[in-house]
Amino acid sequence: MATRRVLIFSIFERFWHWTQMALIMTMLITGFAIHGLYVSMPFDTAVTLHTLAALALLALWILSTFWLFTTGNWKHYMPTAEGLGQVLRFYSYGIFQGERHPYRKAYWRKHNPLQAIAYLALKLVLFPAIWVSGLIYLFYFAWGDVPFAAAGLGWVALIHTATAYAILTFVVIHVYMLTIGHSFAAHVAPMLTGFDEVDLTPEEEAYLTADEPSHIR
Amino acid sequence: MHVLPGILLSLALMSVALAPAQASTNWPTPPTVVDTNPQVSGPLTGGTADHRKFEILQKPFASGPEVTKACLSCHTETGKHFMKNIHWTWDYKDPVTNQQLGKKYLINNFCTNARGNEGMCAQCHAGYGWKDESFDFTNEGNIDCLVCHDQTGTYYKTPNSTGNAACSVMFEGKPAIDLSFISQRVGLPERANCGACHFNGGGGDNVKHGDLSSALKSPSRALDVHMSPQGLNFACTACHVTKNHVWAGSRYDVIAKDQEGQGKPGQRRDVATCESCHGITPHQSGSIEHRKLNHHVASVACQTCHIPAFARGGVATMVDWDWRTAGKTKDGEGYHEHGYTQGNGQERYTYKSIKGNFTYAENVVPEYAWFNGQMHYTTIDTRFDTNAQPIAINAFDGSRDDIRSRIWPFKRMHTWLPFDTGNGTLVYTHLWGDDNEAYWGNYDMGKSIARGMKDFGLPYSGQFGFVETTSFWPITHMVAPKEDALACRECHSQNGRLATVEGVYLPGRDRNYWLDLAGVLLVSGTIGGILAHGLMRRLLRKHHKGENH
Repeated sequence: MATRRVLIFSIFERFWHWTQMALIMTMLITGFAIHGLYVSMPFDTAVTLHTLAALALLALWILSTFWLFTTGNWKHYMPTAEGLGQVLRFYSYGIFQGERHPYRKAYWRKHNPLQAIAYLALKLVLFPAIWVSGLIYLFYFAWGDVPFAAAGLGWVALIHTATAYAILTFVVIHVYMLTIGHSFAAHVAPMLTGFDEVDLTPEEEAYLTADEPSHIR
Repeated sequence: MHVLPGILLSLALMSVALAPAQASTNWPTPPTVVDTNPQVSGPLTGGTADHRKFEILQKPFASGPEVTKACLSCHTETGKHFMKNIHWTWDYKDPVTNQQLGKKYLINNFCTNARGNEGMCAQCHAGYGWKDESFDFTNEGNIDCLVCHDQTGTYYKTPNSTGNAACSVMFEGKPAIDLSFISQRVGLPERANCGACHFNGGGGDNVKHGDLSSALKSPSRALDVHMSPQGLNFACTACHVTKNHVWAGSRYDVIAKDQEGQGKPGQRRDVATCESCHGITPHQSGSIEHRKLNHHVASVACQTCHIPAFARGGVATMVDWDWRTAGKTKDGEGYHEHGYTQGNGQERYTYKSIKGNFTYAENVVPEYAWFNGQMHYTTIDTRFDTNAQPIAINAFDGSRDDIRSRIWPFKRMHTWLPFDTGNGTLVYTHLWGDDNEAYWGNYDMGKSIARGMKDFGLPYSGQFGFVETTSFWPITHMVAPKEDALACRECHSQNGRLATVEGVYLPGRDRNYWLDLAGVLLVSGTIGGILAHGLMRRLLRKHHKGENH
């Protein structure tokens, strides 16, 4: 078993991540302006940006979902209980004792068990909730004449806003997690360069060295 | 001996009965200067005949009806057409409520009632000589063609009957009207023709409507983008399209939501709605914002965003009238008080003995409500609950669930009106007349009501009081240029313009308090937890020196 620097985030993944980051921040900033939590942004600007960012994000999600399934990368997100207890124990106790993070990235398992569950929940619960409610909201003009449409829109807005608060909470925790373990910069670097330290089996190491020399350093 | 009080009274009356500032602003009609920039009157552009060349007009006329006879000798069918329109009949029966409406019958909360006061009020009837019930509505010779079609600015009207002795003074000293000269120079009505009456509804400039004032005779582009000579220079009939002398657009029969729009090319110009020119998807750039605005068309009237305020352009409108204080005299004579200087510098009266106290306002933000075009009037025979004040002179229907409704802007007029305390009804007051019961001159409200009711066989208990009333005036004129349309936040915010409009979820205005509380607690709690977590890491790390993590 050797620890090597391996390309674990492909160009597409990095593009996906940072574009999604920019779009979600745009959505949050403009969304809370529309909601009226602050009014310094003109409403029409907020609506325009929110709508354009939403459409772009939707396209990105369709593309990334396609990518996840065609490349097999969906496997990284499968939940597992193995090692979950150790990770939880680390964040709540071990970290204060100066222990080392218990998880080691593997070539086909780049997320720790807690990450995998968190990202899966994001993909299966929060994202669908916000884009389904958002699309229903966006198409209000098409169903505004059905009975109780106005009350219905109130509920749609409620779900949409609640999900937005949940996603904002996720973002806050996600960013904080970058400070745990190595430095913040060291955590961000893999999502920029694509390379991170991975525990490789001799077979994986041999394969990468022989067939994908540009993916290993 | 009595000259001075007489002049004072006549001045008071003069100012009230017509425009408050000066009577002469009502008549004549169009400006007398040569029109180098002709107003646009819609599809009927005229110009096919030069009336100076008509032999029948090249003679002196002794009276208006003689001119009318000459007009009708060529325009053979016009009399029949004209006598069907509301400018002639003053009569409108609501097809839905079956209420008898029209100026001939209604009570408003300004000068109360035209009925019984036609000698004065029917100066704005498009006919000659209506002073009482004996007027012949079937005689087309009584039609007044010139009041609408005069292009010289030298035509004017005077009351059809004598008022109180002092009142006649106000109509003296006017130049003689050269009917032959005017008849040879007729044309399609200009804003000032229509405005002679419509800008002065309620007894003075912009008193009644709030969005129809003398400022529209030659408005700046900022005041009215359609009517401005710097803009489209529309005459009233450019929108109030006319067929057979019947006009589209009426406050008795409002199309609150035009779902037909422009129709096919050449097909449609039968209504005065914005949509009949601009279509039902009027914001055309295709941008997200314009698409979103087009979705608003289904629920928000064009006027709501495009008329940011009414009574603009320097002419105030009246928002409150108190008849309770009318009738005060000095040395037995009526008087008036100045008290308001409006934007264009003119003085407005805030008290008149013949009418009571007035409150004015300018650049007024309208009130907003769902409106489907249907009005319900409190008429002379409506018995109301005096405890349910204010009494709505014209209540209206509309709601989010009514497909014909949209959110409209309104002017609200508040007035203390005389009423019959015994029967719980409004009353006809006898204001105008050369007798000892007419309020204008005698200042006795009891006698005035008794006469006003008796003349039309209406029950009157003999006891009167004053009742709080409101009336609602849909705002539709003074359309601002698009750059002055309301910004979204005017409504999409807390305590915005639509703060009280129900039946909608309005982002920026509406929110769930508990959700926001929970959301803010969740996010701030998370940040707090993170700070605590980070602090613990930092503190405890010192106990474990040598470790990097």
